[in-house]
Formats: sequence, structure tokens, C-alpha cells
Amino acid sequence: MPGLGTSFGRGGATTFLQDLQNSDAILIMGSNMAENHPVGFQWVMEARRRGATLIHVDPRFTRTSALADRHVTIRPGTDIAFLGGLVNYVIANGREFREYITAYSNAATIINDDFRDTEDLDGYFSGWQPADCTYDSSSWAYEGVEEMSAAGNREGGGPSSEQSGAHGGDHGTAEQPHRDLSLTHPRCVFQLLKRHFSRYTPAMVAETCGVPESEFVAVAETLCANSGRERTSALCYAVGWTHHTTGVQIIRAASILQTLLGNIGRPGGGILALRGHASIQGSTDIPTLFDLLPGYLPMPHVDAAASLEEYIDADSSPSGYWGHMRDYTVSLLKAWFGDAATAENDFCFDHLPRLTGDHSTYHTTVEMLAGRVKGFFVLGENPAVGSSNAGMQRRALAAIDWLVVRDFQEIETASFWYDSPEVASGELRTEDIGTEVFFLPAAAHTEKNGSFTQTQRLLQWHDKAVEPPDDCRSDLWFFYHLGRLVRERLAGSADERDRPVLDLTWDYPAEGPTADPDAESVLAEINGWGPDGKPLSTYTELRDDGSTACGCWIYSGCRADGVNQTRRRKPAREQNSVAPEWGWAWPANRRLLYNRASADPDGAPWSERKRYVWWDAAEHRWVGEDTPDFQADKPPDFHPEPGAKAEDALSGQDPFIMQSDGKAWLWVPSGLADGPLPAHYEPSESPVHNPVYRRQDNPPATRIDAPENPRNDSPPAEGEPDRYPFVLSTFRVTEHHTAGAMSRTVDRLSELQPEMFCEVAPALARARGLENRGWATIITARGAIEARVLVTERVASLAINGRLVHQVAIPFHWGSRGLSTGDSANDLTYLGLDPNVFIQDTKSLTCDIMNGRRPTGAARQQLVERHRTGGTVT
Amino acid sequence: MVSSICPYCAVGCAQRVYVKDERIIQIEGEPDSPISRGHLCPKGAATRAMVQSPTRLTKVRYRRPGGTTWEDLPLDTAMNMIADRVVAARRASWEDRDDQGRTLRRCMGLASLGGATLDNEENYLWKKLFTSWGAIQIENQARI
Repeated sequence: MPGLGTSFGRGGATTFLQDLQNSDAILIMGSNMAENHPVGFQWVMEARRRGATLIHVDPRFTRTSALADRHVTIRPGTDIAFLGGLVNYVIANGREFREYITAYSNAATIINDDFRDTEDLDGYFSGWQPADCTYDSSSWAYEGVEEMSAAGNREGGGPSSEQSGAHGGDHGTAEQPHRDLSLTHPRCVFQLLKRHFSRYTPAMVAETCGVPESEFVAVAETLCANSGRERTSALCYAVGWTHHTTGVQIIRAASILQTLLGNIGRPGGGILALRGHASIQGSTDIPTLFDLLPGYLPMPHVDAAASLEEYIDADSSPSGYWGHMRDYTVSLLKAWFGDAATAENDFCFDHLPRLTGDHSTYHTTVEMLAGRVKGFFVLGENPAVGSSNAGMQRRALAAIDWLVVRDFQEIETASFWYDSPEVASGELRTEDIGTEVFFLPAAAHTEKNGSFTQTQRLLQWHDKAVEPPDDCRSDLWFFYHLGRLVRERLAGSADERDRPVLDLTWDYPAEGPTADPDAESVLAEINGWGPDGKPLSTYTELRDDGSTACGCWIYSGCRADGVNQTRRRKPAREQNSVAPEWGWAWPANRRLLYNRASADPDGAPWSERKRYVWWDAAEHRWVGEDTPDFQADKPPDFHPEPGAKAEDALSGQDPFIMQSDGKAWLWVPSGLADGPLPAHYEPSESPVHNPVYRRQDNPPATRIDAPENPRNDSPPAEGEPDRYPFVLSTFRVTEHHTAGAMSRTVDRLSELQPEMFCEVAPALARARGLENRGWATIITARGAIEARVLVTERVASLAINGRLVHQVAIPFHWGSRGLSTGDSANDLTYLGLDPNVFIQDTKSLTCDIMNGRRPTGAARQQLVERHRTGGTVT
Repeated sequence: MVSSICPYCAVGCAQRVYVKDERIIQIEGEPDSPISRGHLCPKGAATRAMVQSPTRLTKVRYRRPGGTTWEDLPLDTAMNMIADRVVAARRASWEDRDDQGRTLRRCMGLASLGGATLDNEENYLWKKLFTSWGAIQIENQARI
């Protein structure tokens, strides 16, 4: 989550669900929260009961819209234009929280005079390198700062920790950046921001997003009126913001808005990322991701990892808590390699493999198709349905040597070799598919102990209720025993490449009839221990001399005092509204991040109404209902000594303690691939020309260039036929879960939502002869699917650039297996990726739609080809 | 009654799992939770049906290269076969150094996808193990 990470310092939601009840206004955008996070949505309704205003901005009128005070229809893919419009409205009307941004953000910081804006370069920032389609970010730097962090400067576009990992930003050397507290210097961030967004007027928003000016101004006024000393507004988002080629910059735009309004670190404020899986936050914190090590430490990249020292130098920061990166890294290496990790051998730093660029899942798909991947493990995920351009995924599965699928059900990813659309069409023949497939049945959460980290960074433990049936095993069991078996095979090897395997600490007590490893012993390693073997209480106890071991520094404290803190279940009614004794949140059990900003620079609450954490001079401590996200005894008037390091280099008025300058970043001087500020670009496929800049799409966006991934070159040139004239967007429903393995297999859920369908407006239905409850065939450059038609005014047709743009909206849950079956939305989607995190754009593509069912067998793909090459132009 | 957490979305509603004779007889919302206050959505309320689904596979299935049907395979055999293949894939796809002589120490023949439905402890062991093998192509739903 680098959008939040670069803005505030940590890649996680800044607040927690229950705190939404303290909001005076809530903007939900890029999320259908009532539908997809229904139980969390009760806190939005709680706020409304207390008088808060709820606004929903979304292409469709959904269950969330139905409960909102105002629903605003927006064209998919224009979120930055809308949010940029709000930023412009705030600044142009002097509605920013001046005292907050002057003290707590980098609004006053002066930027290099080399910088040129999209205003000057017609849609590009300075530093554009057309040869490799990347930005050199050196001109975005703070003035007077010699050297920026290595982010973005590495060869081959390889992601740095900050680009992908979302840890705190590093502005450069320890020198103090130049600041102008009057915010009038023409090159201070505030003035650059003002100029950059001045183009995003209500009229421009209307033209780009299809939102009438009066509607837009009403939203802007609501947010402005409900922010400031006395009031706070919150933003909630989900994959409606992230699934774009500009996903990270959409979240950046939201971060800028919330910072300007003074809504970060304060009760009822913040940005709540609503995540879709039980432990998706956990799987980023302790990452099963290529570019990270636990706790947002970067995976070593070949350009900056000749030694542990070089690796630390490239990514640590002289000030702020990233100044302790060496403590975190050495402690991780001690946890992994134990006694083998010594100061003399750089704590086995060279045992870690090196990255050379983008090794993300979609790049791996290309590698699979090229025959370079032998074996593939799929664990509780269903890429044959759930990954973008699913047809490309299935073809890739057919091109590897062996596949291990661990799941509850025989999902489409396990059965691709006999029942995929490619087998049905004759493109692939079962007998010719050489992939060896192992299906290993998984244990359910009720059949194992362990912790999930949910959307507000909260770890919650689940206890085993029953033993798993037959061959079903926990993933812990699978990893542990597979690791043991591989190690047995390599035992005694003198080969240097086997050293990391043999040096790995791999002793976990096994228990029960299946010899399941003890999950709490793994949690103990994650929490870490000191020289005496005692559990650590918090990450500030970590050392870089090898005396401490810790598997994930941000989780240190989750087993403080040897007690499983994640298993705490003190009833809500027996504690305050923050409920600090329910589970355990990272970091250090803080529930509302950056909460030092809930007090003014002198440490007093901004208002009684928004009191949260404040300085108690008598106690000489920060106090409040939550754990202060600050050094507890650092007074507001503290000024760092010259040459101070890490957190000691931050003043008592710097709430963003993971940032090198302690500030919220309105401007990101380094660490992002596509600019220091957000700018509106059209999606990879779009029916219209970019109304804001001449540049059509996000310049450095990653495109998977493969014959399996054709793109509609849109909008069509003058006089060319428009083969895919409609906007295609995907969504979810309450009754199904992601790619369906946990819901299409459940009888009652399948009864509630039995069939794949598409939502179209009456005008489009008339234009294409579609009948409600009839069938439609939807075609993109990649594929053709069929769906039941739901004609509804929930999806509006929008006037854009003087023409009516129709939308087709489809849920993405279906596949060929289970109790409820249907065509997969992802057979239509495209691989155009955000250049920071390589997430795909599934929310705004182009398509055509026609009445009736799709052809079967070989005729299905022939229809796609014919449509693409002009045989059936409408 | 056993304390649990809903396995679907990331709100993290708390669940009570009722067990009788070593079988789950009911799963319902936990009223003590400060987040969910006893509520579950339609998916969360269907958790028991999910874990006890009649179509749930509980035995290992194996499909040989070019095979047209699933076959049975003992779990122990499957685990040993997979371990053999991991060792072979490492050997076959190992890269010691890049063309500038810099350390890579990795194998590009192994890849993994998934993790957002797993426990933290499971993701931790997998990242640790996979990295020790020199494998780097590991991803989960956070990218999806």
C-alpha cells in the first residue's frame, strides 16, 4: 500500500472501523461497503445515527448508495479527477486546515528548482525517460537535500521497498530541508500543489467524471464543513480505488485531501482501506510477496545488496524509525538462521536471494508461458477465475511441469486440464497438457490454530475446534513437513547453494494426531526474543548486534510477556471504545495511527469534541484512550540536537514518526514510479480522449505485452469503427466471496445468488436489444462471456465530452465449477498494471455487448477474433 | 464453545464455534467483539456450511502428465513426490550470479500464489522456507 505508505509512513489503514462512529462526514468511494463489508458498515450507520453525513461516489447505485445521504455517479477510472477537484476546491477557497498542514505536513517544504509539472510538460512530470518508460525522480527532491533515497534509481525498473513496500518515506540526507512557513514561496509544496490542481475545476470534473458541477460542489462543501478543529471526516475505499493503472495515485490523492483538511491522526478522520480477505493485511505485513521481507523490509535487489551495509544504507533513513532498519534486519536474519548468523558473516545476509526487477504474479505468468517455471504452488487462491485475463492464466498453467493446489474444493485452477474454456474450444487438448497436478486438501480455520490480521491491522487468534478430516492439513503442516523433507534430501550437502536451506531454523514442536506444528511457537518467533530468550515487548528492544531475534519487527509485542496477545477477548462492554484489550494491533497495539496529530503543536487537543491523545505536562507523558503513536515522554517543545539519529532526530511536533522528516507527505519526493503528485490519466482502454492532458494514459504504467493479452487501442482514431464502445467494470456481491471457492460451493449462498449476470441501463438495453432476464454476450479484445441481463437504472449512462457513455457492470465471482456456475468476468479483463505495485486494472475497460448467448466450442474464440479484427463491426 | 474469527472478508468478525462429539454443530456471531458486536453477514453465517460442504475434497487427488482422470495418492507419497520436484527444480533453474558477476543465489523455476486466506504463522513459514530455497516468485491476493 505505497499510497498510504509514502504519504504517512505505514502501509495500512490509518484508523479502525469502530472509530467511524466519531465521524461528522464519511465519503465512501471505490467501495460498496454495505455490500462487501456489511458488518463493518454498522459503524457508518452508527455515525449517521449521530448526525453524520454519508456520501457515496460510485459508478453504480448500490446498497451503499441506498443508505447514503447523497450518491454521486462517476465514470469509472476518473477518481483522480474527482479527488483532484476536491483538492483544488479546498485550496482555491482557503478551506485547508492551515495550522495543521503548516506544522504536520510537508506543505512548507521547498522543492528543487529543476522540477517541472504536468502543467508545463503537458501531462508529464520532469524526469520522463522515454527510452525505458520510467521517471528519474531526482528533480522531485526537496531543495537543499543532496541525495534522495535510492528508490526509483535502480536499473530495470525494479521496485524498491518504498515503491512496493509502503514503508515510510525518506527525503534524503539528515540535513533539514528548506521550509517557508508562510506557504507563499512559489516552490513550496503548498504552492506547487495549488498550481498543479488548479486545472481540476468543477467544470473539468463535470467534463471528465460526468458529475454535474452542483453535485460536485455539494460533496466538496460537505467535506470542508465537516473538517477542522471541531469536526472530522473519514474516507473509506476498497478495490474500486486500487484496481487501476493509477491505483496508488488515487490513494495518494485521497491522502492529500485528508491531510489538507487535517483529518489524519484524529478521531472520526482517517483513511480506511477495506480489504477483501481474512488476512490480506497480514499477508502484506508478513508478506507472501516477492518484493518484501517481513515488516516491509525490502527484498534485496541486486543493485543495492552487495553487503548488508549497502542494503541498509540504500533503504534506511537517518531520521525517523526507519533509522533502526539494521536492528530489524539483523533480528530477522537471527530468527531465520539462528546460530549460523554471526557478525562475521553479515548475519547470513548472503543467504537471501536477489531480485533483478519485476517478479510479480503477472510477470511470472509470462515466465510460465515461456516454459521457465517448473513448479507452481497455489494456496487458497483461484487464478483461473480470480486473476485478470484468466484465459492467459489457464494457458500458463498448461505450460508448467507441475502444480500443487491446496484448497477445500476442486477449484477451476485444479481442473483446468479437463474443463477449461480452452479445452472446450479445442485450443488445448487434455492429453497434450503435460502439467502434473497435485491437489492437497486444506484444513479450514476451524481445524487449526492461528492468527488473521484484519483490515485495521488487528491480529485476532482463532482456536482449533475439531481435527481436520482425512488428508486435510493446515498450511502450517504442509510448509513445515515439506521443508523438513527437502532438508532431508539436502542433508550433508557441501554445495554452497544448499547452505541457506541447511542453516534455516526449522524446529517447531508438532502436536496432535497429524503432527501439526504448534502455531504459537511460530508466533513466538514472529514476536521475537532477547538475549535471555525472553519474549520481546516491543520493537524498540531490537538490536543490531545479533542479541535479539524477531521474525517480523512490526509484530513484536504480539506475544509480550509470553502471553498470546492476539488471543485476548475482553468483552467490548468491559473496556473503552478503543477496546485495546481485544486482540493486538500493530504497531505496539496502537489503534488510531499518527494520533499525536489529534493534539495541536503544543500538545493540547484541537478541540474538546475531538480529544483523543494529548500531552499531560504534570505526568510528563502523552495520554489518552489509545496508545500514543509517539515516544510517550517526548514533550511537544522537544527539539532535536544537531546530528541526532532516528526518532531522536524528530521534534515533539512531528507526528509521522516513520517518515524521515516526521511529516505527512502532500508531495512525495521519491519512492513512487509515476509522479510526486497524482494526475488524471485515462485507463488502458477508454472510450474517450483524456480531457485533462494530451497524454492519454499513465506514462509508466506496466503493460504485459503478450499475444494472450491484446488491448483495444482506444479511443478509436477519427473515422475508425468503435468495436468496443462501452465501459466495462467489475464488482462483487455480498453472497459470494472473490473467485468463489468459499461461496459457489455453499448451498445457501448459491441459492441467494445463483447466476452470473450483467447490469445495463435501459438506454443501452434498448440500443442493443437486450431483454431483462434474457441473455447477453459481452466481448472484449480478450474474450467473450455470457451473462443474464439485469436492466436497471442503477448503472447510469453518462454524458462525457458531448456523447453518452454506457456502462456494462459485471460481478467477478463465477466460474465453471461449484453449485452455482457461470462464465468468468476475468476472461474479459486485461493486464495493464499500476507501475508501483503491479496491480491490474479491472474497473474500467472497454467492451461490446449483444443480445443472446455466446457460441460454444471453437466458435467462441472465433467470435472474439472476428470482433477484434473487424468482421462484426457495429 | 471455541473462539474463532470469520474466514471471509477482512472485517474480522468474531465467531463462536459450538462443538459436540468432535463435530461442529453451530457457528454464530460473537457478541463480545467490539468490531462485529455479534453480527455476521450472509457469508459469515454460512461458515458451517462452508467447512462441512458435501463437495469438499478431503483426499489427495493426482493427475499425471497427459492424464485424463484424477487418481488416488497417499498423502505421504504426494509429499515426497513434491519434495523431490522442489529439489530438482532448484537444481535445474539455479542462478548463482548475473552477467556482471553479482550474487543472485536464486532459482527461477519455482513460483507460488496465495496467502491472504492463510494465517500469519503460515505465511511466515512459507516466506521463510521459500526464500531459503532461493525462490523469489511468491505472490498473493494483495496484488489481485
